[in-house]
Amino acid sequence: MSAPLLQVVDLVKRFPLKAAPFRRRAVVHAVDGVSFDLAAGETLGIVGESGCGKSTTARLLMHLIEPDEGRILLDGREVGRPNGVPMAAARRAMQMVFQDSFASLNPRLTVEASIAFAPRVHGVAEPEARARAQDLLRKVGLDPARFAARYPHELSGGQRQRINIARALALQPRIVILDEAVSALDKSVEAQVLNLLMDLKRELGLTYLFISHDLNVVQYVSDRVMVMYLGKVVEIGPVERIYGATAHPYTRALLSAMPTMDPAHRTAAPPLQGDPPNPIDPPSGCRFRTRCPFAEEVCAAREPLLQTIDPAHRVACHAAAAGSGHSRATALAAAA
Amino acid sequence: MSAAAPSMDFPVAAAAAQGYWQGVFRRLLRDKVAVACALVLLAILLAAIFAPYVAPADPAKGSILKRLQPIGAEGFPLGSDELGRDMLSRLIYGGRLSLLMGISPVVFALAIGGFLGIVAGFVGGRLNTLIMRTVDVFFAFPSVLLAVAISGALGAGIANALIALTIVFIPPIARVAESVTTQVRGLDFVEAARASGAGAFTIIRVHILGNVLGPIFVYATSLVSVSMILAAGLSFLGLGTKPPDAEWGLMLNTLRTAIYIQPWVAALPGVLIFVVSISFNLLSDGLRSAMDVQR
Repeated sequence: MSAPLLQVVDLVKRFPLKAAPFRRRAVVHAVDGVSFDLAAGETLGIVGESGCGKSTTARLLMHLIEPDEGRILLDGREVGRPNGVPMAAARRAMQMVFQDSFASLNPRLTVEASIAFAPRVHGVAEPEARARAQDLLRKVGLDPARFAARYPHELSGGQRQRINIARALALQPRIVILDEAVSALDKSVEAQVLNLLMDLKRELGLTYLFISHDLNVVQYVSDRVMVMYLGKVVEIGPVERIYGATAHPYTRALLSAMPTMDPAHRTAAPPLQGDPPNPIDPPSGCRFRTRCPFAEEVCAAREPLLQTIDPAHRVACHAAAAGSGHSRATALAAAA
Repeated sequence: MSAAAPSMDFPVAAAAAQGYWQGVFRRLLRDKVAVACALVLLAILLAAIFAPYVAPADPAKGSILKRLQPIGAEGFPLGSDELGRDMLSRLIYGGRLSLLMGISPVVFALAIGGFLGIVAGFVGGRLNTLIMRTVDVFFAFPSVLLAVAISGALGAGIANALIALTIVFIPPIARVAESVTTQVRGLDFVEAARASGAGAFTIIRVHILGNVLGPIFVYATSLVSVSMILAAGLSFLGLGTKPPDAEWGLMLNTLRTAIYIQPWVAALPGVLIFVVSISFNLLSDGLRSAMDVQR
């Protein structure tokens, strides 16, 4: 089998905080050893509470910030290294759509100029860049004759987000990172933009990294889902396994907090209490143990590693790993 | 706005910027106060430029017999000064130096301070600390004191007064430029431009300048009046222009002794300084609101 389109290996990003004099410099582990693969043509959803490192991961992938450790491989070749994929090529292959549709467009540029900017930077001639911008406007469902010369403040939120999508597609990327790209839109517009994204994916053969806190949307668009907690991946697997055969207590808590229209599936489990622990000083062992209903001694003693519990379904939890010493894992093994 | 030309340019972006400034101009025309101020300034500016054609008499020729004539006296529409020179002509000629001293330090400071502030704001980190703390040292002095100290050290004269005033205005402009740039740099569209692989220079030119120059320019316009008053102050103290040159601040100084004899004539240079400053201030206010349509 050929290498996956994108491989992320042990990505680490720490943000140092302003230290008080004579004290140990505090460090936030925003992303702490994240690894995953992205196969061509799939949509990987990333979910988690705010502050869990979803957006930092996206910014690391885009090289907007430099990772402290870890490697990013495109087609099996490392990005930004000699003999690897040059940065410019990686930029063309990967683009991003931001959450705030207004802040992500230059208010002084027309829509057409905003879309044509990236191709111009990559040396596409002016008339061709404009033609490409107009073509992209058509692709995202906006008539170039009406919209090309407009400014961002003359557009609605949904229209602006379509422009942002067009801008991201202007370099003909293979991977598009959607960082909460539809979260700020109202529901009807959100559905339209989601359908547009699905159409574009099919038409252009794109691969999506779909970051969201909206579990309904993630379930709708994703092939696989990755759940993050405090800078770590706690569970990753096919969407039907994550939503159907949930293995991690944190994922279960997230899902139980998910609003549903079906009275038969009404939330029964109590929602998670409190905030995530301080990422400057995370708990020992399993980072979720302070809020986990099944926490035992082993959880404080050892950090759970990602274990394969089903082909393509991996989870980092002692309770799900046979032989971990956790009472539920032992019971699980006995039942099997 | 046109920073040194790089290998490629962005006519699309340029066209967009043009459309924006046309809109600003249209909205400015709807602002009655701003238009009135612009007309007043234009009239004073034109009169100063074409002074030899406009002024009724030689501003340097006086007659001791005709000194301190009242406003409306025969041959002296605005009276005469303490050496019997025609006030109207001197005010018209005086506008040349006064406007030069008011506008050019601000233009120079806009170029230098704007550059420093934008670089500090965009690069951030240590360079920002270095530039901004240095600027703060100058900012700590009261502007009048700084202007007097610098031009005192350099010696009297117009050129030195201009240098002193420029140095006085660099810190405030740099601060405004830095804070606006820092704000804009944090916005997602700059991130998106970085993600597209654009270099710092291209990002500044296409994405930062257009969003930053407006506020900096408006702020600089409001400094013109301060500059005029400071320049007048320097001349008043004998550090700027020297007699017999006509300059409003200097005229105010020399006529001060006549304040009990011809108070109205003695007040005229002050009136002009006031009119020009207030016009610049109101015009910059109008410009500010004309540019603020985004949100």
